[in-house]
Amino acid sequence: MSIFLDGDSRVVIQGITGRMARFHTRAMIDYGTLVVGGVVPGKGGETVEGVPVFDTVKQAVAATGADASAVFVPPPFAADSIMEAADGGIRYCVCITDGIPAQDMITVKRYMYRFPKERRMILTGPNCAGTISPGKAMLGIMPGHIYLPGTVGIVGRSGTLGYEVAAQLKELDLGVSTSVGIGGDPINGSSFRDVLAHFEADAETGAVCMIGEIGGPQEAEAAEYVRTSMTKPVIAYVAGLTAPRGRTMGHAGAIISAFGESASEKVEILGRAGVTVADHPAAIGETIARTLGA
Amino acid sequence: MDIHEYQAKEILSRFGVECPPGALAYSPEQAAYRSRELGGEAWVVKAQIHAGGRARAGGVKRCASDTEIQAACEAMFGAKIVTHQTGPEGKGIYRVYVESAVEIAREIYVGLVLDRSSQRIMIVCSGNGGMEIEEIAAERPDSLIRATVEPAVGLQDFQCREIAFALGLDPAVVQPFARTLQGCYRAFRDLDATMVEINPMVLTGDGRVLALDAKMTFDDNALFRRPQIAELRDKSQEDPRECRATDRGLSYVGLGGSIGCIVNGAGLAMATMDTIKLAGGEPANFLDIGGGATPERVAKAFRLVMSDSGVQAVLVNVFAGINRCDWVAEGVVQALTGSPVAVPVVVRLAGTNVKEGQRILARSGLPVIRAATLNEAAERVVGAWRRDRAGRGGPGAAA
Repeated sequence: MSIFLDGDSRVVIQGITGRMARFHTRAMIDYGTLVVGGVVPGKGGETVEGVPVFDTVKQAVAATGADASAVFVPPPFAADSIMEAADGGIRYCVCITDGIPAQDMITVKRYMYRFPKERRMILTGPNCAGTISPGKAMLGIMPGHIYLPGTVGIVGRSGTLGYEVAAQLKELDLGVSTSVGIGGDPINGSSFRDVLAHFEADAETGAVCMIGEIGGPQEAEAAEYVRTSMTKPVIAYVAGLTAPRGRTMGHAGAIISAFGESASEKVEILGRAGVTVADHPAAIGETIARTLGA
Repeated sequence: MDIHEYQAKEILSRFGVECPPGALAYSPEQAAYRSRELGGEAWVVKAQIHAGGRARAGGVKRCASDTEIQAACEAMFGAKIVTHQTGPEGKGIYRVYVESAVEIAREIYVGLVLDRSSQRIMIVCSGNGGMEIEEIAAERPDSLIRATVEPAVGLQDFQCREIAFALGLDPAVVQPFARTLQGCYRAFRDLDATMVEINPMVLTGDGRVLALDAKMTFDDNALFRRPQIAELRDKSQEDPRECRATDRGLSYVGLGGSIGCIVNGAGLAMATMDTIKLAGGEPANFLDIGGGATPERVAKAFRLVMSDSGVQAVLVNVFAGINRCDWVAEGVVQALTGSPVAVPVVVRLAGTNVKEGQRILARSGLPVIRAATLNEAAERVVGAWRRDRAGRGGPGAAA
């Protein structure tokens, strides 16, 4: 097992005709992902990277049995595409797009809650690098070769810091069950807590590494979940020790605006909840190895 | 993106939020003239800067005559105001707002924010208007009244009434108060704001509800569909380097240290700053070059970092997924060949096309120090910076 995505996931790429989407569709196919089609309104009938393009998600699902999607659609139209996926029968959607207006994401989340839980799509992102279950499938823009298959679950806001951790693990010959990017936006599809619950239920995941950063309440909410409901060890790192208050650090959501949102406060909250916190960004892999060995 | 008080009031007025009469001035003479236009016997002169806490820093003056207005303005124009929100460098005053003074019966705090827990728009009110929200949250947390807005139907009148009664407002002002809240909410929703703050909202003796101060912040991601808001940007209130970075598609925050950072991805950029700090250095900046950076963009990033005169060493840390190490290496070579720098440069590359990137750096013959891991990169840049400082006998030499 793994979470959200495996070798049987049937993937459509929304916005497949864009330059970046084409490039990453190729990489996903080469990785072994079962990409069954693409969706671009008005481009139905074309073929991109060997897969058929459809006008709507519903058509794509009907023709290919797709159950997962990746959204590469530009920011003004991305929220609409996510809702189309939720309505069209997609079960898991990764939104790569960066720069979606926050109020569009509020609408998306409200819309997703229209569906009963058993039919509700899971969304991760936006503004993330995607999800990879190493050796099985990749739904995103990460360099697949840096991940070894294994038992460590990774969940993080930052794409490149996630790569850094995967590379540190590989160096120690440790592999990953699934790595999930939840993205750097203030309003996101799934929180740390949501993803931790999936890892907790996944038989193949033995420990979870959580890569947080300054801003927002989601690390603290995750800490509470770890304290009350998790049996698997959780190792965390929180980026932004040196970040000043009140300034946005790249990610729209990375701003310290309330108590508990700075890196040191989050480290303390996580530590109190029983999370092992790596004190150095270059030592995240070692900390995980030590925890697994203990 | 932040806007000025007078701009926020202009916008909110259009949504039915009542504000005291006022007018903008660019000089002391104009301010005095504005007060005569407004009429009355007392005015308030307010420095227009993008930060809260003005009043305590001398940015708000009550005046009762032309001479007083002129004097208040003479002191303000061209001066810099430092508050808890501006940072130590402060914000310059280039415009003032002249407003008719109001007799205040009661002050209320009203804020609308994007609440990240409920992932909805939240209204926060308190009877302790005039205090900063940080102080209210710290000292009078029990006075905070919150309501979240269901996005499908918007803010409901009963929610406004609940807040009004919780604040203990006189039944006669509940209606105008609700109208004001609804106006703030509609402005927030219709214009893609991320924050609307009226502090204080005042009740006057004659039963009116007025926005005495107003602050609005807008979602940068939504400016593409709010051109009329994007036009309100005032670059004089932004750090010139950050401003230049934004115009070049880079994300930059100056931090005042000595080691310049060029990184891809916000999380890795913060982690890189942290590693430098742990290695004994101080990061000069946060800089995310973003995904798919071309050699030109990397070269621009390099020049931007070097335009900070405090930079005494540079660390380039790129873990390429969507990026390409060969392009980053070309950008570094381009920047260093075009305008050689007199400070140590450390480059750490990993991920897509890393071998090609390393070859480009090696072939260039430039004195670039290479590193394989994050830790090595931070230690080498701090080490090189110390040796370089020692060689010059400057600060850091003794460290």
